[in-house]
Amino acid sequence: MNRLDRIEQGLKKARIPVFRVGDTVRVSVKVMEGEKERIQVFEGTVIARKGGGHRETATVRKLSFGVGVEKVFPLHSPMLEKIEVVREGRVRRAKLYYLRTKQGKAARIAEREFSTEVPDRRPSPVSEPEPEPETETVKADKS
Amino acid sequence: MLVQGLIGQKLGMSQIYTENGRVVPVTVIAAGPCRIAQKKTQDRDGYEAVQLSFQEIPEKKLSKAERGHLKKANVPFAKHLREVKGDLKTLEVGAVVGADQFQKGERIDVTGISKGKGFAGVVKLHHFAGGPETHGSMFHRQPGSIGSSSWPSRVRKNKRLPAHMGNKQVTVLGLEVVDVRKDENLLFIRGAVPGYRGSLVLIRRSNRK
Repeated sequence: MNRLDRIEQGLKKARIPVFRVGDTVRVSVKVMEGEKERIQVFEGTVIARKGGGHRETATVRKLSFGVGVEKVFPLHSPMLEKIEVVREGRVRRAKLYYLRTKQGKAARIAEREFSTEVPDRRPSPVSEPEPEPETETVKADKS
Repeated sequence: MLVQGLIGQKLGMSQIYTENGRVVPVTVIAAGPCRIAQKKTQDRDGYEAVQLSFQEIPEKKLSKAERGHLKKANVPFAKHLREVKGDLKTLEVGAVVGADQFQKGERIDVTGISKGKGFAGVVKLHHFAGGPETHGSMFHRQPGSIGSSSWPSRVRKNKRLPAHMGNKQVTVLGLEVVDVRKDENLLFIRGAVPGYRGSLVLIRRSNRK
């Protein structure tokens, strides 16, 4: 492991809860509104996990008033308060981009009956409050 | 502030989060520890500067002259020597300076040797447009006409032609220091810096804002 890799290891959060693509998660993000900070919750299906180390992100998709909304959360961002797994899904793909073209029944994901590992479900550690909103991309599409 | 610059080694690029969650692209530089090997004075040398040494190496790697020079300063044998401006009154020969010389938010200039691109054509080197790839075009990435004929019967000076690209000294001005780790002598600098990973860079305080 070279020196830069070691430095990047140190930039990671102590612990990220175990969750997989296909799981339904509840993500709490700190949002700044003017001077005040509050927690915004986004619940949806994890359709992709990308990047490694402290660069890792998770794309979460949900339907909001009939419109598909996706948010990309940088997992090691200080603005990311916690991630809770609501439901475990059984999928056979690493990226669930096909969900974008599916609706209703076709967009369902089967529940995972037994997990091979016992997921660590303790909420991720709370980091100290900070200003300014998230660096996340909000993408809306019609589905 | 004591020293106006430091010798460092580029470790590579990464990204860090600011406190408000924004992602900043950074170059990580191991800046120092440097030791002051010599002081250049107005009386003796006609200008004022401090000479820094960087990266210890075994004695056998140095010439006798280099060894003598460093021994005189009572400084460990080092691979690199560079001069920067500094406060001659407070700096003593043999003193160690590191990343603590710089602060978060400060602007710096970084000098390094850019990555060599070899003998490059005119499209890559001078951003010529080149010709069409298809439709019977037989003119793709050539320079085209390089001048007129019987007069002046020669190619004008400074005509942009294929040449060696990169592997030369480049200075990037006014980069922002995003973070400083004093204990590890690390500087996190916003944006890119010339050179490959592991190459030597010279960091100096910038006039730019």
